[in-house]
Amino acid sequence: MSDIDSQDDSNMSADDAEKPSKDGHIGEQSVSGPGGTPKTSLLEARDPDAFDKPTLITTRSRLAKDFRFRVMCILTACASVLILVFLLGSILGAGIPTLSWTLLTGTPEPEPENAGMWPALMGTLWVCTMCALITLPLGIGTAILIEEFTPRNRIARQVLALIQLNITNLAGVPSVVYGILGLTAFVSMFSLFDNSDNADGPSMEVGAVYYDQFSNVASDPFIDTGDTEAEERYFLFPVETRDAPSTVPKTGMLAYENSEGGLKEVEIIAIDPFADDAPTDADALSRTIDSTSDPGRISEKQWYYLRLPFGRGVVAGALTLMLVILPVIIISTQESLRAVPGTLRAGALGLGATPWQVVWNVTLPSAIPGIMTGSILAMSRAIGETAPILIIAGIVYIRSAPQHLMDDYTVMPLQIYNWTSRPQEEFHNIAAGGIVILLAILLTFNAVAVLIRHRMQNKLN
Amino acid sequence: MLKSTTLCLVATLILNISAFSVSAQNTGLLGKVAIDGSSTVYPISEAAASGFQKQYPNVKVSVGVSGTGGGFKRFTVGDTDISDASRPIKDSEFKAARESGINFFELPVAYDGLTLVAQKNNTWLNNLTIDEIKKIFLAGSAAKTWAEVREGWPNEQIRIFAPGTDSGTFDYFKEVVVGKTGGSLRSDMSTSEDDNVLVTGVSGTPNSIGFFGVAYYEENKDKLKSISIVNPKTGDSVSPTSQTIENGTYAPFSRPLFIYVNADSFKRPEMRKFVGYYLQNAAKLSSSSGYVALPTAIYKEAMMHCRKGKTGTHYLTSDLEKRSGPVTEIYQESNLVK
Repeated sequence: MSDIDSQDDSNMSADDAEKPSKDGHIGEQSVSGPGGTPKTSLLEARDPDAFDKPTLITTRSRLAKDFRFRVMCILTACASVLILVFLLGSILGAGIPTLSWTLLTGTPEPEPENAGMWPALMGTLWVCTMCALITLPLGIGTAILIEEFTPRNRIARQVLALIQLNITNLAGVPSVVYGILGLTAFVSMFSLFDNSDNADGPSMEVGAVYYDQFSNVASDPFIDTGDTEAEERYFLFPVETRDAPSTVPKTGMLAYENSEGGLKEVEIIAIDPFADDAPTDADALSRTIDSTSDPGRISEKQWYYLRLPFGRGVVAGALTLMLVILPVIIISTQESLRAVPGTLRAGALGLGATPWQVVWNVTLPSAIPGIMTGSILAMSRAIGETAPILIIAGIVYIRSAPQHLMDDYTVMPLQIYNWTSRPQEEFHNIAAGGIVILLAILLTFNAVAVLIRHRMQNKLN
Repeated sequence: MLKSTTLCLVATLILNISAFSVSAQNTGLLGKVAIDGSSTVYPISEAAASGFQKQYPNVKVSVGVSGTGGGFKRFTVGDTDISDASRPIKDSEFKAARESGINFFELPVAYDGLTLVAQKNNTWLNNLTIDEIKKIFLAGSAAKTWAEVREGWPNEQIRIFAPGTDSGTFDYFKEVVVGKTGGSLRSDMSTSEDDNVLVTGVSGTPNSIGFFGVAYYEENKDKLKSISIVNPKTGDSVSPTSQTIENGTYAPFSRPLFIYVNADSFKRPEMRKFVGYYLQNAAKLSSSSGYVALPTAIYKEAMMHCRKGKTGTHYLTSDLEKRSGPVTEIYQESNLVK
């Protein structure tokens, strides 16, 4: 501190030396008129009582104000840094001891010591990657349109101005509102594709295979199979469509059974338990199906599975987060495009480049560092967003990572929120561990972006 | 022939199932079970899902926490297979289910004891009668100081910490305290959706009172003391323990928690297995999640409901009027309304 003080003093003295003369000069000017040639008496102009004293006082008070302001800035900066350090310290203190391989790769369990956040981690990665892939081209494209391709037509210009106004306003809308919007727009798609028979069912889909699943009689707790012990087995009959009539099992039909090595074919026996006796042979019994039982319609989805409406899957989540961060990305991209000197554009245009060539080869490359900064901030927000995801996914317990774009998922902030609201202290501790992991992922994302930004900057220089 | 033996053996089978379901992993069963609803019931459903998926790793169970009302909204349009509920279904929700042709099984899974708590070192606040609770919490007659509640208590301001107005816990407390008079709870309470905030609030504020589920009290016994409730029928003051909640003497603040199972989904083998697992292990799962197990007879009755396909609610009359009382009296087949 003493160093700074002494520096301040020296600054002040330098200012003191310089400023009065300047002020005096201005004072002189006002009296003496243009050109600086003294028309009135020199004595009056140089009278120290008339000019120097009052200006000295005001200068001193101004400098004191300046000093106070500087101190205030230092204090606020210190306060915010201290708070951050305190928060980080307490989170790291509570979180680091609970970090474990289980927490990273495990599934959520009711026992805190076995609980992990792998599904939430993968959910976050899926949703945020999808969100970035959709949002960055859209946001940057919009910003380029508004900034670089200003139309000559007056009406078109006004439309763009209206869009600009909306984007600026949308940046301040609370994210939970976007969650509700996402629910209607992406999850149910305004009920445009509703099915009459099933509210949840998709009306269009690609990449799903449907099966009718039967249990064997041994696995039905409500059927007596006599003394013969038989293992629990389940059989699958492929069906054409989701709405196809149920399969009626008959003796001798071939069914699939899921096992370690994938689906294998099995010949089944069908009986009516109220009329026929169950086979007494253990193997036959294990292949016996109650022909009167209802099958369960299940589906197996390929990695490219797509459906309309999107339902509560990864895509709906990514699109909703897109709504949240799109305005931020557009505005920051606009800012960095504006920061590109006009001379660069003019030079390129003068060399005969088309507007597209100018944008692609000149403006965008020099704006990339700024765009990256904005995108980093926006994506960090998307990763930490809880409210919209809670509304559109609503799931906090799931044991598997998403397998396709329409799969159920949960995200890390939701998992952490759920753990902190538990009564058990141990859950609060692993929540702290979860926060540390979330922070680590955030910093990794940011580091990559900073790296890209650095590279681009070097290239330009 | 088989039919008769089946029926005879039901009771023994129900008892035996837990023995034979502890077998090795079964990778043959595939499918999905979607659960959503109350965050109070969530820990039990999570424990059930976790235990079930250890046996059937290829069944995907997902559990959400949209709240009891939010869960029913999805359940009554067929969006989910099971709805967690910390209160019985309301008439409006029941009508919605009827309209979309959804039949359901109403299955009680545990008791939750609503616990009134005070600061650990509070020496005088040991028990409360229902009338005194009304004096403290009702909007119209709200007492400002403890001296107004009972003579001899300090002339200090009452500070209240309560769960958020959207929670089932708040609804339930309001229903018990306000009753059918249509009044409301006082508005100058500190509320939070996060019960841990209430724990911190009560434990750090002298002369304060708060209420939440018994699980939060059990975990914070070192910071809080529970207030006994004077049973309006017997006049004894009863503290919330698993025993008093189970035998119904901790009245009127013990409530049953439910799962509602879509009857169409229940036809699917993986759903049958899951619901079976849930009911067979409900006693264990609920006590490990901090709740109190229901009497065994109720679980058996619930199993029978599923087995015989007895859908509908017990908590509404055929005119869709609300029915209330202890679960042991209400949960009977004769009260079912489809």
